[in-house]
Order: sequence, then C-alpha cells, then structure tokens
Amino acid sequence: MKVAEPAAVAVAYNEIKSRAESRWRELANGDKPVIMVGTATCGRAAGALQVLKTLRNEVKKHNLDCPVVEVGCMGHCHAEPIVMIKKPGYPFISYGYVNPVVAERLVKEFLLGDDPCLESVLGALEENDLVPSLADFPRAVYEKKIILQNCGQIDPTDIDHYVARDGYAALARVLQMPPDDDVINEVKKSGLRGRGGAGFPAGQKWHACRSTPPGPRYIICNGDEGDPGAFMDRAILESDPHSVIEGMIIAGYAIGASYGYIYVRAEYPLAVARLEIALRQARKLNLLGKNILGSGFSFHIRLFQGSGAFVCGEATALAASIEGKPGTPRPKPPRMTTEGLFGRPTVVNNVKTLAFVPPIIRNGAAWFTSIGTKDSPGTAVFALAGKIANTGLVEVPMGTTLRQVIFDVGGGIPKGKKFKAVQIGGPSGGCLPESALDLPIDFDSLQDAGAMMGSGGMVVLDEDDCMVEIARYFLEFTQRESCGKCTFCRLGTKQMLAILDDITLGQGKEGDIDTLLQLAEDVKLGSLCGLGKTAPNPVLTTLRYFKDEYEAHITEGRCPALMCRELIAYYILPDKCERSCDACVGTCTVEAITPNKKRIKVIDQEKCVKCNTCLVACPPQYNAVIKLSPPSEVPAAK
Amino acid sequence: MAEEAEKIRRETGRVLGRFSRKRGNLIPILQKVQHRLGYLPREAMLEIARFLDIPEIEVYGVVTFYNQFRRNPPGKHSIRVCLGTACHMKGGYITLDAWKRRLNIGQGETTADREFDLDTVACVGCCTMAPVTVVDDKPQANVEPTRVDGILLAFEREREKKHKENRESS
Repeated sequence: MKVAEPAAVAVAYNEIKSRAESRWRELANGDKPVIMVGTATCGRAAGALQVLKTLRNEVKKHNLDCPVVEVGCMGHCHAEPIVMIKKPGYPFISYGYVNPVVAERLVKEFLLGDDPCLESVLGALEENDLVPSLADFPRAVYEKKIILQNCGQIDPTDIDHYVARDGYAALARVLQMPPDDDVINEVKKSGLRGRGGAGFPAGQKWHACRSTPPGPRYIICNGDEGDPGAFMDRAILESDPHSVIEGMIIAGYAIGASYGYIYVRAEYPLAVARLEIALRQARKLNLLGKNILGSGFSFHIRLFQGSGAFVCGEATALAASIEGKPGTPRPKPPRMTTEGLFGRPTVVNNVKTLAFVPPIIRNGAAWFTSIGTKDSPGTAVFALAGKIANTGLVEVPMGTTLRQVIFDVGGGIPKGKKFKAVQIGGPSGGCLPESALDLPIDFDSLQDAGAMMGSGGMVVLDEDDCMVEIARYFLEFTQRESCGKCTFCRLGTKQMLAILDDITLGQGKEGDIDTLLQLAEDVKLGSLCGLGKTAPNPVLTTLRYFKDEYEAHITEGRCPALMCRELIAYYILPDKCERSCDACVGTCTVEAITPNKKRIKVIDQEKCVKCNTCLVACPPQYNAVIKLSPPSEVPAAK
Repeated sequence: MAEEAEKIRRETGRVLGRFSRKRGNLIPILQKVQHRLGYLPREAMLEIARFLDIPEIEVYGVVTFYNQFRRNPPGKHSIRVCLGTACHMKGGYITLDAWKRRLNIGQGETTADREFDLDTVACVGCCTMAPVTVVDDKPQANVEPTRVDGILLAFEREREKKHKENRESS
C-alpha cells in the first residue's frame, strides 16, 4: 500500500466538512422553521408515515417555507410517532404520540400562530425557560449517549448531516496515520469489547487478523440481529448508518482489508434501504471506494441480506451464508481471524462495536476508559420491551444496575403490576429475578448470574407472565432455529421442548425437572456453537429462580401467573357483573358469552377460546371477568 | 398453467441475466427471484442450479434452510404475525390463533381464494408496539383479536368498493 499523504487527506476532508456544516447550519440555525419526523420502523408501526404526509400537505397548503425532514429513532419508542419542531425564537421542541390531527394543529397553531401546543410536548431538546427539557428528565441522570448520539437527530439519508456532526473525522484522522499498529493500539487501549454478546476484546481480534501472512482479508459487520426482543442494531442502521460504515472503513484500514460485507437481516427492509443510500453517498464523496480521500487506501463494502436464520449470527455460519451455503457453524479453531470468509482471515464485528470505533478515535482511548467499569469500558445499549413504561432504546454506562435501568430509566412496570423478572440476552440469556436487580451491568457479572449480556435485548416480565411458558417459548425458538448439525442441539432441545410442552399443558410428571436439568447439561456440552451451548440458559435460570412455578404446574395443574391457556379458565363473577352492560357479549370473538335470565353474563366454557378479549372489554368499574387456575375452580352453573 | 410456466421462465431468466455464475450469488439470486414471483417454484430452482452449475439438491437445501424462502405461491395480502419475545408475552400467540380462526387456514398456508397467506416472523424489531402483525409489509401496532377483525373488515370494505366501481364503470 502506498504511504498516505496526510495533507491531501486533510484538505479533501475539510472541503467536504465545510460544505456539510454550512448546509447543516442553514437547516438547524437558519431563519426558517424546521420539522423533523422520526420514521424508523418503530415510528412507522405507530403511524409516522401518515403524520409525515399530513405535515407535508399542511406545509404546502399554507405555502410555508419549512423543510420537513425524516429522521431516525430517538429511543423514546413508547411515545411514537415523534415530531420535532425548531422555530426561530423558540427552543427545539419534541412532541410525542402525534397523530394526523395533532400534526395539523402543530402547523396551524404553532408554525402559523404562536401557540407551541404545550399539551402535546414530550420535552425540549435544549435548555430553555419555556418547556422542560429531556435532559431534565430523571432518566437523563443515568443515560450517556455515544452511539445513539445521532439517532433521531439527523436525516440518515443525508450524509452531510452526519459529516456536520463530526462524521468521518475519525476516518480522516486514521488515514493520516501510518498503516501500522497505531490504530489497533488505540482500540486495544480503549478496552472496547465486542457488543454482539460474547464481549471479546475488539483490538485483540483486529490484531490477530492483521498478524496473518499478507493476502486478501475481510471485515464483516454482523447485523443479523436475530434475537427476538432486540432491536438496537436495527435502530442504529436505520437512524445512523454512516457511523457503522465509518467504523468499518477504519477497521479495514487497521487490519489491511480492502473488502467488507454488511450482513443485515432481510426482515429489516428499511435498514437495507437506508444502508444502500448511505453507501452510495459515501462513495460519491470518495469516503468509500478507490483511493479514499486521496490517501491511496481503497475499501469496498457490499451489502448482503441474511435470509432469516438465527444461527447465522454465529460468525462461521454467517460466513457460510455469504458463500451461498446453508448457514451451519464449523468447529473452531481455526478461528475466523486466520481462516474465515472464503478461507481468508476475517474480522466479524457487531454493528454496535463498529459504531463505537469512530468516537473512540475522535476522543481517544482514555476518554472511553473513563466511562463504564474497569473490565467493561464504555456504554451498553439496551432495547427495553415488554411490561415496562418507557419502552425504547437506552444507552447507559456499563456498571449501571439493572434496577436503575428498569425503574429509573425505563419508568418501572405499568398498570401498578409487580415486577417478576427481566429476560436479558434473548434465547441465549436468562431470566433474572428481583433479587438480582442490584447487579451492575457488565459482561462478567451477568454471566455469573446465569444470564448473559447478549446483544442487548431486555424484556421485562411482570406478575402476569408465566416463567415456565417463557422458558418454553425460548426453547421452541432455539429448537426451531437449530441448524441440526450437532446431535445434542438437534435432539436434546427437542426432548426438552417436549417436556416443557407437557408441563404447560398440565401433563407434567414427577421427575420432569431432573430430566430437564440433565438434558440441559448434555446440550451445553455436546454443541459446537453458541446457539446450542446457550440454548438451555432460559430453562436453567427459570429453574434456578422460579422452581416453585414449575412445581405448581406439575403437581397442582395450576399456572400461578394465569397464563398457560390449558390451565386457566375465564369466569364472570355474577355479583360483579352489571345487568345493563353487555360489553363482553359484543366483543367476544366466538360468541361464547350469553346473558342468563337475570341478565348476568355467562361464559360457555366449551366454546371459549381464551382470547382475553372479554377481560379487556369489561369496564374497569365492574372488573367482573377473571381468570381461574386450574379450570376446575370455575363454579358449576346452577 | 402454461402461462404460469412461461412467467416463471421469463422472470427467472431476467434475474439470472444480472448475475455472474458465482456460487456466492446463490442467495441473492434466490432473493431476487422470490421478490419477482412471490415464491420459489421447482422450475426456478432447477434453472438456478443449472445456471450456477451446482447440484439441484444444494439449491433445495439452501431454500429449505432459510426462513425467508417459500415454496408455495403467496396470497394477495400477506399476514405475518410477529412472535418475538415481547409480542409473545403480550399475547402474539392469541393473535395468531385469531388469524387462523378468521382466515380458516394454518400457519404457512394460503386461503383457497388466494387472498391471504398467513405466517409468523421471528421478530420485526418493533417490540415496543407488541403484539405486532405485519400486514402487507406494514407493521401494525397492538394487533389483538378485535383488531384482527377490524383489519379484515377494512380489506372487505375495500374489495366491495372496488367491485362497485368496476360495476359502475362497465
């Protein structure tokens, strides 16, 4: 490789940067108002596209000179669709739960008039005297945004927005460094650990790959976020794709690779579309492709769409998939860093790991190690979902406790329900009970508790969730997704699932728990890759912390959380049922509810499909519909 | 039938024309063909195997390994019930039952009139909107059994409207 020409790179970058900055200044601090709409997938599911359309129509109708910009996900997914408005003379305000009616009002009352519609405000994005700012929220005490910094703040389809916020500055700096170990040493010093779940030091991986004999090397960005319940990678790819691309190019430069693959799930069509746009724009500005910024370094990125196989999150399976084969893992060693994609040395890094690289280069390793804990520096990104008030994305320094994340950042459990467990790490992780909530979050302490950090999915469970059922659910998932190569993973998980199926159907037998434990150990030992090695984790952790629930299912045929459908029955309390109301009768999806002679509603247990609709429909002042377990608790009709 | 076979040959040929005969192109080719035809018929798989000069069983192996590929024709509207963790815990399995009951088909099947096909998806990453059903590639938030009826009613109304318009115009 030709030695970089530092001055030329700096000149080329500064030109791009100054143009981007002037465009950004015009948008963010100009004398025009600006509307931003969060249109990541979560926003779209909540109706952001209708809101966007209404806003564009209204702006056009009133002949306003006001750009309407699509941005990514701010992380406050519970309040989607979110709209942000910057009007000269007012602070930058974000609005939550916006629907087309509110959108119309925002244009008419705020942009045309001077009423900032305070009733719909979520929070201001800057300190001011008018509206409380998001930084004043209690959760802001714990949050520290590094890789989510740009998410929801910039237009992911406009590279200038990213560049204006110091984007590609790290790449320009790296290209001015000699292509030896400087970059790798900086990443090593930062202590950055892989965010895909295992926590392997990234710098060490890069070093191992770089130390191989000369020849083609590859870098793969692993965006095969298959964990059900996790959506951090999707949000980052949709909201800030350039941060990942920049991290990849830097990694390529550091390990001496000139080709990279971004492996994204085909289930994330928006992420694919936005990545394609981002790659095109980066190539156009010569930040990617041949002779990047005149440095002599060339790097090419191809997008590969995964076809929906959980096991492809495993590096060797992922490589097989890119080669056009079924994604089955192979034994290691040889490690990927010596023999990977097409038999060549390959580095596979998670989306978040790569997104951390540019800020580390920009701010230095010392800055990074000052955040988080000694052995797990930096921040952790979690996708909060399930029974929690503020569902969405959070980024907190490592070492924050689970309790702080769930109750202080996440706002606790809604509807006054009681916390039961938190499921971390998806199918490879485990369920941790209340007693584990004061554990600091880092790679090692979670492992000790039987769970693992995984890629960062966090599903909160409350008293209505059955722990046997959640273990069964995850095992059903891993059993289905097992590639079938290792006998224990293929057949062991099948037997475990059969036992758990029986238990949730009320057909559990004495001795089932012991068989489960034994099988779990065998599957762990007899599997090649992470999928099989960790598949029993959800069963093992629920057995460790919630054994009494298993026992209630097996010995009493009772589901304590009233969730397993074969073990419950719906019943209408006659003394609570209101004669003049028939909300449940009308909503019952199978016409199983009829009023008796006294106009008290009765459920026909034969017809009932246990769809829960009547329980939701019964007005809260009566609350007459209840669940009973076991079903024999239902009083016989008189 | 001949028309269908002709279409399969034409579309598969069109996709193959844009790829080189590299083994690594297998999955992108399958994705593009399915994108055009909606599924991967036997004839298309055979054609692809010939093109890449690999055993037919290898194409079949890849098609059956990955969840994305389907071997039967889809309905006009696709219903994908998300069964990610959050959706499951918030009653996604109840929603799936409701779809099955209303459409009268099982998972992975298409209705007899080829209007709807029903399947599940591992997770679409909209966990905060659980339970989610992806209807015609658009994720719908909080789909509980009553929303299932609502969505189907909306399709019914649209069909009636189109029917009426067709009658009026003819």
